[in-house]
Amino acid sequence: MSHPNGSHQHADVLVSDPDLPPTAVDPQAAEEEERRWTPAKIAIWVGIALLGGFSWTMLALVRGETVNAIWFVFAAVCTYLIAYRFYSKLIERKLLKPDDRRATPAEYKADGKDYAATDRRVLYGHHFAAIAGAGPLVGPVLAAQMGYLPGTLWIIIGVILAGAVQDYLVMFFSMRRGGRSLGQMAREELGVIGGTAALIATLAIMIIIVAILALVVVNALGESPWGVFSVAMTIPIALFMGVYLRYLRPGKVTEVSLIGFVLLMLAIVGGGWISETTWGVEIFTLDRITIAWGIIIYGFIAAVLPVWLLLAPRDYLSTFMKIGTIGMLAVAIIITRPEITTPAVTEFASTGAGPVVPGSLFPFLFVTIACGALSGFHALIASGTTPKMIEKERQTRFIGYGGMLMESFVAIMALVAALSIDRGIYFAMNSSAAATGGTIEGAVAFVNGLGLTGVNLTSEALSQLAANVGEESVVSRTGGAPTLAVGIAQIMQALIGGSGMMAFWYHFAIMFEALFILTAVDAGTRVARFMLQDSIGNFVPRFRDTSWRTGAWLCTAIMVAGWGAILIMGVTDPLGGINTLFPLFGIANQLLAAIALAVCMAICAKRGVFKYLWIPALPLAFAAVVTISASFLKIFSPVPNIGYWAQHNAFKGALEAGEESFGSAQSVAAMEAVVRNTFVQGTLSIVFVVLSIIVIATAVIATIKAVRQGGGTNTEDTPVASRTYAPAGLITTPAEKELEAQWRVLDSDKRPVRSGH
Amino acid sequence: MSINLALGRAREAARGIAWLFKGVMGENAYQAYLDHHAGTHDAEPPMTEREFWRDKTDRQDANPEGRCC
Repeated sequence: MSHPNGSHQHADVLVSDPDLPPTAVDPQAAEEEERRWTPAKIAIWVGIALLGGFSWTMLALVRGETVNAIWFVFAAVCTYLIAYRFYSKLIERKLLKPDDRRATPAEYKADGKDYAATDRRVLYGHHFAAIAGAGPLVGPVLAAQMGYLPGTLWIIIGVILAGAVQDYLVMFFSMRRGGRSLGQMAREELGVIGGTAALIATLAIMIIIVAILALVVVNALGESPWGVFSVAMTIPIALFMGVYLRYLRPGKVTEVSLIGFVLLMLAIVGGGWISETTWGVEIFTLDRITIAWGIIIYGFIAAVLPVWLLLAPRDYLSTFMKIGTIGMLAVAIIITRPEITTPAVTEFASTGAGPVVPGSLFPFLFVTIACGALSGFHALIASGTTPKMIEKERQTRFIGYGGMLMESFVAIMALVAALSIDRGIYFAMNSSAAATGGTIEGAVAFVNGLGLTGVNLTSEALSQLAANVGEESVVSRTGGAPTLAVGIAQIMQALIGGSGMMAFWYHFAIMFEALFILTAVDAGTRVARFMLQDSIGNFVPRFRDTSWRTGAWLCTAIMVAGWGAILIMGVTDPLGGINTLFPLFGIANQLLAAIALAVCMAICAKRGVFKYLWIPALPLAFAAVVTISASFLKIFSPVPNIGYWAQHNAFKGALEAGEESFGSAQSVAAMEAVVRNTFVQGTLSIVFVVLSIIVIATAVIATIKAVRQGGGTNTEDTPVASRTYAPAGLITTPAEKELEAQWRVLDSDKRPVRSGH
Repeated sequence: MSINLALGRAREAARGIAWLFKGVMGENAYQAYLDHHAGTHDAEPPMTEREFWRDKTDRQDANPEGRCC
């Protein structure tokens, strides 16, 4: 007998306590409830489908002079709702088959600390705060050079078929394994070779991701006394919060975050005053190399300091800002509804000659926008903290799949914000200094020389914008963050404050992004250090002891040196830095996704659900094709702008020919730097792609083996019968309400503990 | 709807939002720990609030959580 809402293979073990109400909604009742299409339900879904369809028509088919931002919002939200209701449900019923009669790790391993059942709505917010960062804010901005349609399509379709699927699957499988990490699951499912390759790939990928995130901050703060002051102030603010929480009022998290937020606002306003004084400008105008070294030193110190002093308070502040600002931006976009003048698809999509990031739509769109559509990094979060806090198995759909939909929505808003600024200004800000010369005249000449229809950039527009946002110049502020900040500032000033407030909003947005990134840098370095210690521990057991200071410092130093070297390389790159490195970021992130999906596919095959194996196989195939072909282009392409080795050989040849300048490199030293940088970038590309191919191949072998044998070893924890109940989704169904009521009348001594109330 | 009822609803909604917000920020971790402790019928007294938060950050020291990009 098969039940659609749960695999009942452990029926003998999962006998519920007769003194308790049922721990799961009766599968048949749930099934009936779902099949019952009342006229109201039909009307709602027809309405959503029509609104979504109409919005997509406005975006994709109607070619007016402009398109209103509201259609992006409606197209995204309606598509998410439909995908969540129908596709994620299909995954739940056919592939994962969660069983609410089974206790989750939060129940059977409950310790009130790490393993603590948490209300699903709270955990949704928690999980979202952990997965969303600067990634979905930056990628869509850079991809906007190809027009608004390719990015929008990829963000929305990518998330429903790939990104949210990955997060959901990884979270579910990790939950069934007591919250095991992706690395441990890879080792178990793929064996030593696949597991080791996955571990090394993860480490290498973390290094590159931290380096490029740090590069985004450096580019946003370079030559900006206002930005440097206000972002630097986050350190004393966080330290103060840490001491406050430790010694003055432990546990008053919201209170201290509010205080921190007020101080943060003062730091932004104060930055404005300081940038108007001569001494302030003198002290806080730093070149990019100095800032990069500052971040490297900061990264090391932050990773060895105790968590309570810097990392934990900074994380509270970052979560606070994240929820507040994203909510605020959504409201502002809906109220101001900016008109977007960018064409649907630009010539750069096919020529690949875009100045922001090189390469044509396939495959480079799909690696430029990683977070927001498909982000491998999430697999590290979805296996770990969150699965240890899930109250009931069926909630993974809401938290895993639904959480990723929310991040995708953030990416859509970032895209809208970037698209709402003038195209000429967009290209002036995002073309590297190698192209614009870093001057207003150079930028005007370069952008107008691109031959884009409808783009006529004037030097007044650039200097006016710089004055409005309180910066010396906005030319070649690459990395995406400053562009997004201008976009956010434009949208927010239309709502609050007018152009007089634009400088505040600009620096507010810069602060917001820098805060996320610095938190990711701290946490990334720390996580990477533990992974490294664990790996070295296989050979030198002493390294396993994470409280051993020397080992901890040494491993931290190795990790910081790794990302620091790439950061310095990016900052000093004569070719521009972000445009050469960003593809590597996206490729690394998507390769991690491919690894995670490969592990999930092997697990699905071992569970014996072959008919629906395409659910992980489809996004895996796509991610593998995209990233491997992008890597191959980066390695083998003869076009110097795209292929790292082609660039390497071109500059090497020029050096050997005794030339003194080549391309945008004006000196022999610069040419040597290009040769060095392209060597590192090319080598990293090879390392990533080789490791990933190994992991994917071992996963495919494991899958085929399982399919032939009709299944494989079950690596799940032994099932334990649950003694608690909670609804699955955001909205409780009538059957769930009824069951909840039964639990509510239970004597309090019989009722198992629930947290979050 | 009477004014009192409307006010009551508004208060309830505000409480709900505050509860959700505090939950997402992680403020109710100590309460969750106390609830758990009470349910286990452990003879040992639970950690005090100060001890609990120290223990929590110390655990994070030994077991870092990733933060995404």
